[in-house]
Amino acid sequence: MRHILSILAENESGALSRISGLFSARGYNIDSLTVAPTEDPTMSRFTIVTVGSDDVIEQITKQLNKLVEVVKVVDLTDGDHIERELMLVKVRAAGKDRDEMKRLADIFRGRILDVTDRSYTIELTGTGVKLDAFLQSIEPGVILETVRTGASGIGRGERILRI
Amino acid sequence: MQLTGAEIVIRCLQEEGVEYVFGYPGGAVLNIYDELFKQERVKHVLVRHEQGAVHAADGYSRSSTKIGVALVTSGPGVTNSVTGIATAYMDSIPMVVLTGQVPTHAIGQDAFQECDTVGITRPCVKHNFLVKDVRELATTIKKAFYLAGTGRPGPVLVDIPKDVTQAKADFVYPKTVALRSYNPVTRGHAGQIKKAVQLLLDAKRPMVYAGGGVILSNAAPQLTRLTRLLGFPCTNTLMGLGAFPGTDPQFTGMLGMHGTFESNMAMQNCDVLLAVGARFDDRVIGNPQHFFRADRKIIHVDIDPSSISKRVKVDVPIVGYVSEVLDEMLKLIESSAERPNAAALKSWWGEIKDWQRRDCLKYDTSSELIKPQYVVQKLYEMTDGEAFVTSDVGQHQMWVAQYYKFDKPRRWINSGGLGTMGFGLPAAMGVQLVNPQATVACVTGEASIQMCIQELSTCKQYHLPIKIVNLNNRYMGMVRQWQEFFYGNRYAESYMDALPDFVKLAEAYGHVGLKIEKPGDVEGALAEALRQKQRLVFLDFITDQTENVFPMIPGGKGLTEMILAEEL
Repeated sequence: MRHILSILAENESGALSRISGLFSARGYNIDSLTVAPTEDPTMSRFTIVTVGSDDVIEQITKQLNKLVEVVKVVDLTDGDHIERELMLVKVRAAGKDRDEMKRLADIFRGRILDVTDRSYTIELTGTGVKLDAFLQSIEPGVILETVRTGASGIGRGERILRI
Repeated sequence: MQLTGAEIVIRCLQEEGVEYVFGYPGGAVLNIYDELFKQERVKHVLVRHEQGAVHAADGYSRSSTKIGVALVTSGPGVTNSVTGIATAYMDSIPMVVLTGQVPTHAIGQDAFQECDTVGITRPCVKHNFLVKDVRELATTIKKAFYLAGTGRPGPVLVDIPKDVTQAKADFVYPKTVALRSYNPVTRGHAGQIKKAVQLLLDAKRPMVYAGGGVILSNAAPQLTRLTRLLGFPCTNTLMGLGAFPGTDPQFTGMLGMHGTFESNMAMQNCDVLLAVGARFDDRVIGNPQHFFRADRKIIHVDIDPSSISKRVKVDVPIVGYVSEVLDEMLKLIESSAERPNAAALKSWWGEIKDWQRRDCLKYDTSSELIKPQYVVQKLYEMTDGEAFVTSDVGQHQMWVAQYYKFDKPRRWINSGGLGTMGFGLPAAMGVQLVNPQATVACVTGEASIQMCIQELSTCKQYHLPIKIVNLNNRYMGMVRQWQEFFYGNRYAESYMDALPDFVKLAEAYGHVGLKIEKPGDVEGALAEALRQKQRLVFLDFITDQTENVFPMIPGGKGLTEMILAEEL
């Protein structure tokens, strides 16, 4: 099962390596990991997408909580949540592809951030599934470069993660 | 007044009441050593290899309730310490390791004796710090001691660049530490404890399984009271020996891979299992699938939530200090009129006694060769079971666990989790320093002892009268045993050719050496060693080369699938 773990940790230099090191040392998967400071600059928020059975996720959560720099861990997939990922994709946009690419970006509510006479750079936000769908809908040969942030997530409504 | 970083380090150690620092000087820690030199409160023990420093600090910690401290230099000083740190980490031993580092401006420049200390040690410490600002030095050291000794204990490392030891700052040693990200639960959940107690009172075939957590939590008295009050059988893990008195009739011996027949059978067949400060590791319950085949309710008390339901799903998890949880349990049981069903308990003990009649630790006592078990048994008898015994890793370690009955906690000092050969002698140094009047024996083998043999020199310098009991079978015994059982007698590289003359070696270091080759001489040699109270005595017992440790659960097998000596 796919799980999204949200982690609040001290914004210290060692925290990232401790967290990522825990996953590699214990053989857990990381599908994606994003991290940035929160509104409180002494605190970082991680979003880690991982895959594992309930037992494995329970162990991951406990092991994360054991790290001295980790303040709180929540499995967002335990309840209603919103998940978003940002992708920048540079595509070939010349000749007949140019109009088609613009139309497709519109359909997926993408924005074209940069234009040359031969390419577009499109910004796209959504769930990972949506971003995958966009990439699948264009011919692979047209894609010049992609970069994705990995998922960020937040609980819906009153589900709040803070200290 | 402003102090230098080096002065601050020493002041912090004084504030923590540190009596001994085990270490080895080098470029990056010279300022700290200079300050050590100028005072007398903190004594330094100079080892001969940094691994020895950490093991000695570890032995010091295990055999007392104090936190061991090691001090090493950057680069190779650190890498040599890693084995010791990992050893302490696996067994949750509280320890503070101070390491020198190249100056902050040189970090990352591949400077002389530079290594990424924090990176290298990250997976084998409870926590580590790199102090880049002298103003944070005192609070960081305070945090290190606090983290090492609270919650699930463990080694904490503080890496101090050389320029930080030179820079100056005001010195204030904080009285308390508050970390918003670190608040271990100490008291168990009252509802869970109640549930656990009811399960215990309703049990018909109960079993108490206690590990190193009981010793770390200083909860041996509570465990003993509870077990006696309930009349339950009790087993200890390798790390837990001494948590419940080894001579108590309710004690069924160690369990696990080389545990007793009765303990393993009772573990498998009990209906309620009280697991305290233990973690169901692979050497204890063998194959977990086999363990699950029997139906039982499990209560698990541990300070570390991640130890609970890791390998074995439990029914009543209780997170908290073992001592506090057992106190609560005792209160509930003592104030209740209810007691376990006496008839059921009697019939359960009947079963256990049948298992005990197999006499699984029986060995050949008529041999003309020295049986290693006999040496350990004699050591036990002649020290009245009161010695502190350290060991290395292998057959000799198991024989001590089986034949030396520890009645008290913190007397049995061995590397259980990491299984570090070379641990015994340096650990014994720490044990002897913190227990200066006690008899300290290091039971070892001719392979293990050579891994930290250089510490014989340290023992000479500090007059540590350790009794080294070398069970010399000219083989890496446990490796040889596995090769005999599972590799068709192909003894690949497990034979120790060209062994030193240990008697001469001991003498070369200024100690007493004795070689014993006949069973009839064992007692006399031990007596002689114990008589020499001021001297280190190296007893080289030439033992039966092919003796094996029984019972044995082969890797991947279940608890009840033991090989017994009588079956071969």
